[in-house]
Amino acid sequence: MVGLTGKGLAVEIAGLRLRSPTLNASGVLGMSAPLLKRVYDSGAGAVVTKSLGPAARPGHINPTVVEVEGGILNAMGLPNPGVEGYLEELRDLKHEGVTVVASFFASTVEEFKVGAEALCGAGADALELNLSCPNVGGEPGMCAADAVSVERITAAVKQVAKSPVFVKLSPNVTDIASIAVAAEHGGANAITAVNTLKAMAIDADFRCPVLTNVTGGLSGSALKPVALRCVWEIAEAVKVPIIGCGGIINWRDAVEYMLAGASAVEIGTGVMYEGFEVYGKVNAGIERYLEENDFGSVKEIVGLAHRK
Amino acid sequence: MKAVRIERVVQETPDVTTLYFPGVGGARPGQYLMVWLPGVDEIPMSLSTISDPSSISVRVVGDATRALSKLKKGDKIGLRGPFGNGYTIKGKQPFLVGGGSGIASLTPLAEELVAKEAKPTFLIGARSKDQLVFKERLSKLGLHLVISTDDGSEGFHGYASNYAGELMAEGGYDQVYICGPELMAAKIWVEADRLGLPVEASLERLCKCAVGLCGSCAIGPYRVCRDGPIFDSAKLREVAADFGKRRMDASGRMIRVDH
Repeated sequence: MVGLTGKGLAVEIAGLRLRSPTLNASGVLGMSAPLLKRVYDSGAGAVVTKSLGPAARPGHINPTVVEVEGGILNAMGLPNPGVEGYLEELRDLKHEGVTVVASFFASTVEEFKVGAEALCGAGADALELNLSCPNVGGEPGMCAADAVSVERITAAVKQVAKSPVFVKLSPNVTDIASIAVAAEHGGANAITAVNTLKAMAIDADFRCPVLTNVTGGLSGSALKPVALRCVWEIAEAVKVPIIGCGGIINWRDAVEYMLAGASAVEIGTGVMYEGFEVYGKVNAGIERYLEENDFGSVKEIVGLAHRK
Repeated sequence: MKAVRIERVVQETPDVTTLYFPGVGGARPGQYLMVWLPGVDEIPMSLSTISDPSSISVRVVGDATRALSKLKKGDKIGLRGPFGNGYTIKGKQPFLVGGGSGIASLTPLAEELVAKEAKPTFLIGARSKDQLVFKERLSKLGLHLVISTDDGSEGFHGYASNYAGELMAEGGYDQVYICGPELMAAKIWVEADRLGLPVEASLERLCKCAVGLCGSCAIGPYRVCRDGPIFDSAKLREVAADFGKRRMDASGRMIRVDH
């Protein structure tokens, strides 16, 4: 079933055991418990919720998504029912035995702490700090370009979090390794790299930007080489585990991320091409790769490409 | 995203307008397009004609549909799609029920069923006779057309769901297709299922990405944009807690279905 036959697929991230190294990327299929349950049933080792904020927000007006060469741009604008409004979904998922990573964001350090406590209280197995959404201009919490803020927020969340804390970083920075180091100093248990790459599309016929938000975030295959480089640089700079994200469509993409230093991968846009089956297919491919190359587990290939 | 020019505009009823544009090609009955009007919105619209020229039929329900309804020949709209699974062509004696602008999405299906030599009965329902969409187009098809109006101005006097219940109870049908307001559709589905008739119903939820990623159109474990919009009996059973009862608003909070 869904590529979970081998023991070699299981990974451990900051003490959290995942039955497989594939997760959904936040913002993909995370609005409701039943969809995330389906992601889990498709082979994901854990599911990641939609990014939850201190209050409900409807997101941007359409167009919020446009296809481009090698992927899509999205500017959803963080639609979400708020942390409180999502706790029921979270409890439903825990009731179903699903391993859940709760993605969240806030505008102040205090709000970050309140969110972290509520989500841990409802059973989140890990938290993923979204400090890196490119589509909500001027949001003070979206500080992934500022090492000092990243460290301060991470440290504040760590004070109250009962579960491991992942910090999701942005590729829209000059030196992502220094930001990852700041997150590690703040006590991050893992780094998720990366969020989408700021981009835009203009329509030649209408002579205007396509997305209502004007700019959006690039995801899909076009993002992969950039995100892979980010994972590589972060792996050289920190000791905490890395969850790779960006343009993973098939097992080969996932293995490349692992060789660059990722212990697990998040898959989002790949669902557009492959459907929910992408998680099982990638799992099965990784398993086959491990067997054919005489590796006993995912752990054995993490960071292998760094060896001289 | 592809920009097309409107070739023809037809005012079907006081609040429904059909916009014709160059054929999108390869579409099946029940599929939809994402229709973009720059500066206004991008919304899902079922195809009301799938051949060339193709069309959508817009009922004014909000800002985007009002703006679309005001378009003239030569104006441009942006299109993505066609998206979604579409209806499957089944049955020798199919029964179609369309309520209001839901008639539009079922019309290409009715045409295809007739072409495949099925003998469809098509119940079209509206509040009043001046709101019956495609009555002439359908009356030329050679199918059995029946009409209901809430105010009794034409055909059966009462709700389409009540009339559909009576007709289905009389028997003779082997497949039911439903498109229209959700409360109507859910009522007919329940009755059809009770009678053991297989159903395909077109569902509607808030559609943003249309490519199965964002989850804003979730109903149970399904995405209306990609797994739907057409749900068969097995899937309708799985979403029974939601269909005709509750849906997510733009922020993902559950609210009641009220029409």
